[in-house]
Amino acid sequence: MSRQWKSRLFVGTMVLSLAVSFGTLGWLLVTTLIHGLPGISWRLFTAPPSTVPEEAGARPAILATVYIAVLLLAMCVPVGVATAIYLEEYARKERWYNRVLEVNIQNLAAVPAIVYGILGLAFIVRGIGVGRVLFAGALILTLVVLPTVIIASREAIRAVPDSIRQGGLALGATKWQMIWRQVLPASIPGIATGSILALSRAVGETAPLLLIGALQYVAFDPTLFGAFTALPVQIYTWVKLPDPAFQTLAAAAIIVLLVIVLGMNALAIFVRNRYRQRW
Amino acid sequence: MTAHEITAGDVGVTPVDLRQSKRRLGEGLIRLSLALCALVSVLTTVGIVASLLEPALEFFAEVNPVDFFTGTNWAPLFEPASFGVVPLIAATFVVTFWALLVAIPCGLGTAIFLSEFASPRARDALKPALELLAGIPTVVYGYFALTAVTPLLRDIGIQVEIFNALSGGLVIGVMLIPTVASLSEDAMSAVPQALRDGSYGLGADRLQTSLRVVVPAALSGIIASFVLAVSRAVGETMIVLIAVGQLPALDVDPRATMETLTAFIGATGNGDVPTGTTEYKTIFAVGLTLFVLTLVMNVISIRLVRKFREEYE
Amino acid sequence: MTEMETPSIDSSRIAEISLSSSREEIERREKVFAVENLGVAYSGNVALAGVTMNVYANTVTAFIGPSGCGKSTYIRCFNRMNDLIVGAVVSGTVRYHSSDLYGRDVDPVEVRRRVGMVFQKPNPFPKSIYDNVAFGPRVLGWKKGLDERVERSLRQAALWDEAKDRLSESALDLSGGQQQRLCIARALATEPDVILMDEPASALDPIATARIEDLMHDLKREYTIIVVTHNMQQAARVADMTAFFSVETREDGGRHGVLVEVDATTKIFTQPTDRRTEDYVTGRFG
Repeated sequence: MSRQWKSRLFVGTMVLSLAVSFGTLGWLLVTTLIHGLPGISWRLFTAPPSTVPEEAGARPAILATVYIAVLLLAMCVPVGVATAIYLEEYARKERWYNRVLEVNIQNLAAVPAIVYGILGLAFIVRGIGVGRVLFAGALILTLVVLPTVIIASREAIRAVPDSIRQGGLALGATKWQMIWRQVLPASIPGIATGSILALSRAVGETAPLLLIGALQYVAFDPTLFGAFTALPVQIYTWVKLPDPAFQTLAAAAIIVLLVIVLGMNALAIFVRNRYRQRW
Repeated sequence: MTAHEITAGDVGVTPVDLRQSKRRLGEGLIRLSLALCALVSVLTTVGIVASLLEPALEFFAEVNPVDFFTGTNWAPLFEPASFGVVPLIAATFVVTFWALLVAIPCGLGTAIFLSEFASPRARDALKPALELLAGIPTVVYGYFALTAVTPLLRDIGIQVEIFNALSGGLVIGVMLIPTVASLSEDAMSAVPQALRDGSYGLGADRLQTSLRVVVPAALSGIIASFVLAVSRAVGETMIVLIAVGQLPALDVDPRATMETLTAFIGATGNGDVPTGTTEYKTIFAVGLTLFVLTLVMNVISIRLVRKFREEYE
Repeated sequence: MTEMETPSIDSSRIAEISLSSSREEIERREKVFAVENLGVAYSGNVALAGVTMNVYANTVTAFIGPSGCGKSTYIRCFNRMNDLIVGAVVSGTVRYHSSDLYGRDVDPVEVRRRVGMVFQKPNPFPKSIYDNVAFGPRVLGWKKGLDERVERSLRQAALWDEAKDRLSESALDLSGGQQQRLCIARALATEPDVILMDEPASALDPIATARIEDLMHDLKREYTIIVVTHNMQQAARVADMTAFFSVETREDGGRHGVLVEVDATTKIFTQPTDRRTEDYVTGRFG
């Protein structure tokens, strides 16, 4: 084949790749909007689900997803950042247990979410822990995205130049004072971006919640230690029902979920661009 | 630091107290707390392995592992029950195959475009769009596969079942494009510009330079992205639950309905299987199979990334 | 002042050095540091060996020598910054006033409060000018009178006039020379009695360098200063005492730094005792 034809073929392949990627994205968003907009109403946000689609809403699911997001923020970010600080500032890299710790976190980041669900299921069934409640769901999702938060936080901390640490210590600061007053403040933008992205992923996860007993029909508002559902689970429930009215509701709920998730993604990107540290 | 004897010497008279101040007392406690947080990740792994291993071993005490891994009839809830896992594994691989068929060419093509050909403005527009693609929850992709892709396939003449492996596989592929693209693009960006310049200097054009110089130089990173994509495809649950089906069937025809490893776990774990029974333990046996499969692939992928980092960073 | 012998370097430079005192006068002052047989090894590799010398109060002591002779390693012994390097071992004795700097009870953090350091490349924190200078006092718990402390430190570092209207602006917006003076002000804020300077002007232009050197002259009235420099003329300009280091090759082929000669600056540059010193200061090598 002549050079020119090879070049054309290759360019064509690249264009096709882009078309498939972004064309499908556009197609997905458009069809979701078309199917779902008719279902958007106050009722979606205020009514509990029902067997009658005209009366059904996703209120318990939406509330539960919000509660889960807050719990995730409170549990996942401190533990993840603390682990990152330990690994970057305190752990001696030659020690075998610290290397094991690092490899372990990398592996956990790639374990499928449903396996975490099995973990939760096993503990619940044995009666260990709090049972099939909202808090357990938040706990499992914390574990799912914890490796991501750790990895993102480590990168942010590592980006702080060593000269800052040396300068702080040379002034008579203790190690923790140096970390708390210099390193952490400088790494907050990176940590925030990573955490928000991790949280947005956790909010969209369904499989682990299915396994630990998120009910598919919950008609009351969720409490921390009560039976629960969540927005992705509600969507799954409605998608499975044959009545086209429920399919519309599912699409409407998807729009709500997408607004939440993509909104968080956009926030993360905004934080990353606005607060990028120049050294 | 070595401790040693103070030698005689007429040093200065100013008395100086260099002993520990109060500030230091909390340091040890802080270090301990941080280490305990780090322990959470270790406990998670221990938990996962323990929660899988114990019921799975009990299962294999009741069901012959050979029958499990080679049997082609998966009917755990029937009477008499049959526990051949091959249909589930086959379904997983069929779906993964079609996913990779989309993800690898499109992901790599997108990556090469972004890394070697795109203007900075194009890159600024496309990279966020790629992140958008990566941010869409899998349940949404599942809905999309069922309600948009399957009808479309039927419209263009492919006779697929309502629940079929093809729609699921293709959509998983699209979902994985950002995975392949971003990891491959990272790998290609890390290739030093000097290599490209050398190629241009010899008279090669951009196409030849990308394919013959950059891609081979970034190869281990690119392969790592493929392996990671396989691992994610194998572990994907919601798309297959919604669009591929819950009917185990040994078939390579992607137009048929079938049940993957993950779909079985997702459907059964959520249902009314009484705990302690053999059927209940199948969840863990299948889960263990899944975990081992993805673990092997993850280890390979991590090794490849490390090898790549050593070369260029 | 003792009479000068026939100089072997430029006499105009001698006029500058005559501002500093004679060795006898210096040695009558209090010894701030007394170093005896100090050695430093990194993971078994000896970097510096057998250093014995004193540092006296209110003087500027310069460490000069070719690269690789361990000057930076040595200066980091005085504020125990070598503790931060994994595998670093310090042997020998360093007395700081009446205490053993490496004694068992000694907290390195307390040492660094009293022995401040300025680095080769200015490293201001990505915070405001005020917060940079206030960092030291704050971590020490000195909350009262912070504004006065900050102003005093900035004045001592000859930066107050340029900074007083921009205290809340980012320190990263300052020029290189200003940033380095900010780092000096930062070090002064913890009321040390010694300031270590590791090639403080090597990243700066000549004008900024001259301002730093003037600062050293002013500061030595209240503080003791040790400065590492690869610039001989700088040592001749600012230092009262100069210590010359060189590299020695061992039988096993390894190399480490040694102290060759330490004396009043005028003597080092006009009448060095050791041949190696004379070769270095006259530019025959290094």
